[in-house]
Amino acid sequence: MPRITVSVDGVTYEEEVEPRLLLVHLLRDRLGKTGTPVGCDTGNCGACTVTLDGRSAKSCSVLAVQADGSEVVTVEGLARDGRWHPMQEAFHAEHALQCGYCTPGMLMAAIDLLRDDPDPSEEAVRRGLEGNLCRCTGYTNIVRAVRRAAAEMSRAPHERMPGAAEDREAAAS
Amino acid sequence: MIPAPFDYVRPASVEDACRVLADAEAAGDEVKVLAGGQSLLPLLRLRLAYPSALVDLGRLPELRGVADRGDHVYIGALTTHDEVMRSGVVREHVPLVALATATVADPAVRHRGTFGGSMAHADPAGDLPAVALALDCVFVVRSSDGEREIPAAEFFVDYLEPALGPGEVLLGVRVPKLGSGWGFHYEKFHRTAQAWATVGVAVAVRRGDGGAIEEARIGLTNMGPTPVRARVAEAALRGVAPSPAGSNGSDPLREACAQADAGTSPPADLHARPDYRRHLARVLTRRAVGAALG
Amino acid sequence: MTEELDAGLVAGRIAESDQMSEPSAEREMGRARRRKEDARLVTGRTMWTDNIQLPGMLYVAFLRSPMAHARITGVNVSAARSRPGVVAAYSGRDLAGEQGSLPCAWPVTEDIVIPDHPPMAVDEVRYPGEAVACVVATDRYRAADALEAIAVDYEPLDPVLDMTEALAEGAPKVHEAGNRAFTWKFAGGDIDAAFRDAPVVIDRTYVQQRLIPTAMEPRAVVATTDGDGFTLYSATQIPHVLRVMLAMTTGIPEHKLRVVAPDVGGGFGSKLQVTAEEVLALLLARRLGRPVKWTESRSEGNLTVHHGRDQLQRIAVAADRDGRIRGVRVELLADMGAYLMLVTPGVPLLGAFMYNGIYKMDAYDFTCTGVFTTKMPTDAYRGAGRPEATFAIERAVDELAHELGIDPVEVRRRNWITREEFPYTTIAGLTYDSGDYEAATEKALAMFGYDELRAEQADRRERRDPVQLGIGVSTYTEMCGLAPSRVLGSLSYGAGGWEHAAVRLLPTGKVEVVTGTSPHGQGHETAWSQIAADALGVPFEDVSVLHGDTSVAHRGMDTYGSRSLVVGGVAVLAACEKVKERARELAAHLMEASADDVEFDGGRFRVRGTDEGRTIQELALAAFAAHDLPGGFEPRLDAEATFDPDNFSFPHGTHLCAVEVDTETGRCAIRSYVAVDDVGSVVNPLIVEGQVHGGIAQGVGQALFEEAVHDADGNLVTTTMADYLIPSAADLPEFTTGRTETPATSNPLGVKGVGEAGTIASTPAVVNAITDALRPYGVRDVRMPCTPERIWRALAEAEAAVPGQAPATGPAPAAVPGFAPVPTHGSTPGAAPPPAPASEPIRGFVAPATSESAPEGGAR
Repeated sequence: MPRITVSVDGVTYEEEVEPRLLLVHLLRDRLGKTGTPVGCDTGNCGACTVTLDGRSAKSCSVLAVQADGSEVVTVEGLARDGRWHPMQEAFHAEHALQCGYCTPGMLMAAIDLLRDDPDPSEEAVRRGLEGNLCRCTGYTNIVRAVRRAAAEMSRAPHERMPGAAEDREAAAS
Repeated sequence: MIPAPFDYVRPASVEDACRVLADAEAAGDEVKVLAGGQSLLPLLRLRLAYPSALVDLGRLPELRGVADRGDHVYIGALTTHDEVMRSGVVREHVPLVALATATVADPAVRHRGTFGGSMAHADPAGDLPAVALALDCVFVVRSSDGEREIPAAEFFVDYLEPALGPGEVLLGVRVPKLGSGWGFHYEKFHRTAQAWATVGVAVAVRRGDGGAIEEARIGLTNMGPTPVRARVAEAALRGVAPSPAGSNGSDPLREACAQADAGTSPPADLHARPDYRRHLARVLTRRAVGAALG
Repeated sequence: MTEELDAGLVAGRIAESDQMSEPSAEREMGRARRRKEDARLVTGRTMWTDNIQLPGMLYVAFLRSPMAHARITGVNVSAARSRPGVVAAYSGRDLAGEQGSLPCAWPVTEDIVIPDHPPMAVDEVRYPGEAVACVVATDRYRAADALEAIAVDYEPLDPVLDMTEALAEGAPKVHEAGNRAFTWKFAGGDIDAAFRDAPVVIDRTYVQQRLIPTAMEPRAVVATTDGDGFTLYSATQIPHVLRVMLAMTTGIPEHKLRVVAPDVGGGFGSKLQVTAEEVLALLLARRLGRPVKWTESRSEGNLTVHHGRDQLQRIAVAADRDGRIRGVRVELLADMGAYLMLVTPGVPLLGAFMYNGIYKMDAYDFTCTGVFTTKMPTDAYRGAGRPEATFAIERAVDELAHELGIDPVEVRRRNWITREEFPYTTIAGLTYDSGDYEAATEKALAMFGYDELRAEQADRRERRDPVQLGIGVSTYTEMCGLAPSRVLGSLSYGAGGWEHAAVRLLPTGKVEVVTGTSPHGQGHETAWSQIAADALGVPFEDVSVLHGDTSVAHRGMDTYGSRSLVVGGVAVLAACEKVKERARELAAHLMEASADDVEFDGGRFRVRGTDEGRTIQELALAAFAAHDLPGGFEPRLDAEATFDPDNFSFPHGTHLCAVEVDTETGRCAIRSYVAVDDVGSVVNPLIVEGQVHGGIAQGVGQALFEEAVHDADGNLVTTTMADYLIPSAADLPEFTTGRTETPATSNPLGVKGVGEAGTIASTPAVVNAITDALRPYGVRDVRMPCTPERIWRALAEAEAAVPGQAPATGPAPAAVPGFAPVPTHGSTPGAAPPPAPASEPIRGFVAPATSESAPEGGAR
């Protein structure tokens, strides 16, 4: 069985995994990181979104072996020193969640969105979150929350963005 | 759902990968190449595919990246959609690729999914194969026997079936630069933002000095078992001056684009029946050509 | 984390266009409190059922029927049993002796057919996805693998897919007793008189397509036993009902069974059920003596979570020339699917009293026939019967307006119950206690910019813009707050509609509220805290709300039907009042005053006319110490209350939707959406607004995107989220909401419930808008979901119907199964397809406004 090393929310794990083990099941069943839920089996719902080396990824559509050597941040790794990430605060403030099942993935996707576009329009937020489905909120308050977080983060930029691998993805081009 | 068991191979080089693939195929094993996995993993989870092994090309840096190579842009097969759509080289020289890539799936999928993976998956509902066809891209593949090139027109053999032989790995794609005077557009029609294209139209069009269209290239998404070129419409568009409708009510641009579905065999599925797809191809082609003309 | 939000942003935004009273600084009621629930939900510390890990836990996987209808001639699980990690494997026959039959709690008629419903099929499968065998293994991967080693022999039987055909003589039978489950009738007034010589009759058939509820959290169950008692954790809306039903079904005594609903990720009715998997998990835990877990995959869930809607509706409205409605006649066929589950037959009847909508009329006649098919059973889905009713009447009223050339808002105005007429007993026999349709409509029209949009619409029609504007109106009410027990009894429902609460003051003055409601996204922990804080005069932060565990909240009727606040919230208030009376008695004793002289204000009991007082917290400690109590006073400040309402509550509102329809491609996009809802008094405007937003989104989903599709063999085609399309943020607009407030008179809080309002109102608003956009083309209806293809076909069909127009277009109209078309008024379901087109379709206007029928192609 392949042996992998993966960092999750700042903790390094070494695990022997079946090749077919999905990253989300590694997180949930092996590492006890149950903050990241599973909502579908086709990569559509986005509930399982994490950041993988700094960019959003659907952890149900990644094999654990593919994450070997990578840094994963889940919703559980967003708060720092007991303080919530501005996106978590904004979701709370704007009532951008009801049942909360989509929320971990929605938060991770929204944070990723702001990396590319720190001041997104309503339209840009809607397009940026098209890969994350919510059945409760009708999205109106989610859009408000993301824009609220953007405003908040522009005042105190970047210090609490998860994933320090910003440079990594530039390597290719 | 949960994939059935498979072996996992992470080759250290392209040569390695070719050898592994060739050996497996010689042994009669069904192996699959893993690129970004964004199409493959759902298939595995739904147990619609039972490969004996996955050959993961994800750690081969030589397959990743975009390069400006004079008359064409080379896109490594493992370059992610996200990297492609952000690449300055792509946006400047082959903007149609950037436009279409930006419509692929959603941001998280674009972070993992790859340019070459989408091509090799050869899904006619994918957005990029039609672009490759419209731009006459060239696919560079390698096996243990060496490299060869496959023109886009020959690459998409059938539904989910690329022209990759035993032991062959897609290295990258040469996207020709079309030079100045060209306009581009990708028109995607889908029921929800996440849904596959019901129909997509990739257009590159060039006007002559007089304003009339000198050349048009049109690739159609999801209008048959493979992506298809709308050759009849392309020919009909040649010489058309895209001015307002003539005094006799004729509209040559519309008439030319009304042939966009000629020679296609669109599928019937949950989202559209063939006659509707034909209709969409005609309407969307007119819109795409109009948008490409600016 | 629960401090009040910077008041401006949220509360202000909600309240700015509202005329209701300002929330007072001291009162929690009406305050936009941020939710207590959020702390665990935004940090990933949630306890979803699938998160539960118990020592020695085993994983269950079900093998499911790949056919809609077949006889099972053999199941061999022996190969699966020897697979690695497999502890057990069973067929339905292996469990037949103990699995019993899944319950139906709503036998709506005396002669209803309630077929035996084994949790795991034994002899015959009757819907695709029905469980036929199971594997129990040491992890979920190995359980999934072992399923492939099970061999099942099927002898295919004819599927039964179409309700009309199912009722025909000689149709294949789903069950031996035939395909008619029941016929239920209701009549008020003289319907024949209303229709006799009626100047106008609108007679339409609408298809309420089958929906898949799609809560984001897939179902999950964990069952465990200590050798004596059992605990079942389930992603359910109804832990209390489930416990009673499981005790009756499995033979496990009720007192040996604890049911827990941990954090539950949405339900929308789909988790209002006693499921096969819950029963089987318990049986497996009992057999194996080890904890077992089952978690469904989405594709499994699309097959086997109960479906919603699926009715064929024929509605006829008789009216006078001035638009006054004389009577409404409704005939329904309701698809039950293969079995009657918990409230399957009752769902269409929840709409039976709503087809008259907000309108006055002389007569009303309703008939519903429940039909068995070889599909997943239907059951409650957000709104449950009332969205269907509202859709039919609101679509028909729009048709009436069009027929008479009267503005659709004006036709409604001429028929609705006016504000002076409340309380008003409708032709369906319900007494609407309060409402103000005028106010909600006026406000909605103003917020929407109705007149400006009508002007733009006229302009686009004039210009023959290929993108047409349509405006849809929906004025709805609903009966909710389920429900007065005596009414449920009269409708043959198997239980009551009361709700229970317990409130206890802890020695330190903190408060625990125990509720029988079972929230799964609604924010009860926050709202109930607000109610208790006001009632007891304690800080919001000092209240905790406990729920969802039958060993903690021992009595309850759970959460569905917009009942939680209206029944459960009122029970919390009642329990608080009882606690307060006990506290008053203790305060009077301690202050040596008469209880009649002790007044309560802001958490403090004071002797009238003096400064002497005791805070409720001081009294809590005094009761705990028990040193100095009145004679016979038990040392506790707590109380329980059970509230059973006298009446339903009747939220109402006016929703307006503007759509842009691309007549070339058929694409429909919502341009703006305004909802003004009157849900009575409001506990938390933030939560109310959120419920409305989400409700609208689901109603829009039905109108535009969602449909469970079966192929000709009866297999479900829409098994994944790639096929069953629910809208993303990119597919919906921002929803603009407003409120009016006429308090309910049926409960002391004045609340009406809000959970289903948006879903009920929005579907007809959207479809009315689409129809409105396309009327100039001769289109009178588009079947839901109004996909681009359906809109395009409707346009082509209408065009083909224009006399003298050359056959021009190719699409075959989508066939509408069901009742015979009504020649004078109906669309033409089942008509032969128009001839194939020579080229791109050319459409002509048929509206009177444009007499010429010149092709508009040139303008494009």
